[in-house]
Parts: sequence; structure tokens; C-alpha cells
Amino acid sequence: MELRAARRGARLTVQLVGELDHHSAERVRSNLDHMLRDRTIMELHLDMRGVSFMDSSGLGVVFGRYKTLRARNGKVILSNVSPFVDRVFRMSGVYKLCERI
Amino acid sequence: MQRNRMELRFVSLSQNESFARAAAAAFAAQLNPTIEELADIRTAVSEAVTNAIVHGYDSRTEGIVTLICEISGDSFTAKISDMGCGIADIVQARQPLYTSKPEQERSGMGFAVMEAFMEEVEVQSAPGRGTTVTLRKRITR
Ligand SMILES: Nc1ncnc2c1ncn2[C@@H]1O[C@H](COP(=O)(O)OP(=O)(O)O)[C@@H](O)[C@H]1O
Ligand SMILES: [Mg+2]
Repeated sequence: MELRAARRGARLTVQLVGELDHHSAERVRSNLDHMLRDRTIMELHLDMRGVSFMDSSGLGVVFGRYKTLRARNGKVILSNVSPFVDRVFRMSGVYKLCERI
Repeated sequence: MQRNRMELRFVSLSQNESFARAAAAAFAAQLNPTIEELADIRTAVSEAVTNAIVHGYDSRTEGIVTLICEISGDSFTAKISDMGCGIADIVQARQPLYTSKPEQERSGMGFAVMEAFMEEVEVQSAPGRGTTVTLRKRITR
């Protein structure tokens, strides 16, 4: 899975491209956490447009980053969620925690 | 379609998760499923294979995961087996949000996803002996 990051003010936008499963989650997690060491980031915007596959391991990645942002009074925003990814997201209740645009 | 069967055996490396779900979906394609049905199968198989690797073998690499796919009439079955640690309390394990590995950022939603995407999910397991998850779905076209 490939990550493309762009910073704008307090918002970090990361475009995820490829399959988000347990195998790729490890790297996605450590890359995101590395970027989030910058404590001036208050919003993590995950652009899901390029996610061709996601299972419940992807939920762990989103929930984990939600906790990180929550702890600094920030938030996680999800966008361009495909119908397949949306089914997994909806089951998990993630939209109660993260904004969807 | 009458009957067909395939069997895959692979070591418990996380790289094999995408390979296993792709193989199951390619095999199921014989039943002429919709794109949605194929996505359901891919996702459910991915959950069970990931569990075998992460939980059954605790992310060590010496384990063997077996994936057996069968077609019988309009019914597709995938059986995912490991010879790992097994599950002591299957009812608890199947609860949505239950995970024995919260420190690894598991969401506890794997079984819930399998149940949502397949018609039947059967779990056979014994502590110390391993686990077999059977996923079933009818493809009617
Ligand atoms: N193959 C397996 N071997 C041993 N334990 C398992 C296996 N599959 C599932 N489990 C147990 O069931 C629990 C729930 O599984 P699941 O719903 O996929 O959530 P998660 O994988 O996120 O923990 C796991 O945390 C684990 O304790
Ligand atoms: Mg799981």
C-alpha cells in the first residue's frame, strides 16, 4: 500500500492507495504514526479513494489513529469511501467517531 | 456447475493473505458471482486467513494454513484451517468487538465481517489443536 501525504495548516491529508489488510496495515500504521509525531497536526484526513480492498485490519488502523488525534483534541476525517469499504466502516460504527466528507 | 474443489497450503506469512483471498475469489468466479458477491468472499476469506496467522500461530512463521474451496451446485464453501493455539471460548471470540490482542490494534470485527458477508460461518476449534472456519455462500444467478 502506498501513502501520499500533503500538509495544509493543521490538517494532514494522506491518500491511501492499494489494499489495506493486516499485512499492509503494519507499514501504514508506522508511517502515519511517524508523521503524527508532529504535534501541530490536529486533523488527519484519510483519503480512501485508492483503497481497492479493506478488511477489519483497516478498522484497527483508523481506530488507532482516532485515539491518537482524540488525545490531542484533534480529529480524523474520512473521504472518498468506496461502497465496499463503506460496508466494513458502517458495521464498525467508525462514523460515530470520525467525520465523513 | 456440479462439483469442484481446490486446496492450498501455505506458511503463515502475512504476505500470503492477499494471495489466499485472491485465489479463493478466482476459484469462486466459476459460479458467475456479482462483483459484490466476489468482494464478500474475498473479504471473509481474508478475515479467516488473517486470524489463522495472527491468532492461531501468533504471527510466528512456522505454521501451515490450509485453504480448501469447494463448489457444489450453486454453493461456495471455503474452509480455512490452522494447527495453532485454538480458541477456548468460541462464543466470546465471535462477539463483535472482542479481541484477545487489543495491543496489536485488532478491531475485534473479523467474525462480524465474516457473518455479514457470508450466509454461514462455522467455527470448529480446540485449545492446542487448532481452528477450522467454514464459510458458505450460495451464488444464485
Ligand atoms: N484461528 C484462530 N486461532 C485462535 N484464535 C482465534 C482464531 N480466530 C479468531 N480467534 C480469536 O477470536 C478473536 C476474535 O477474532 P476477530 O473477530 O477476527 O477479531 P480480531 O482478529 O480483530 O481479534 C481473536 O481476538 C482471537 O482471540
Ligand atoms: Mg480477525
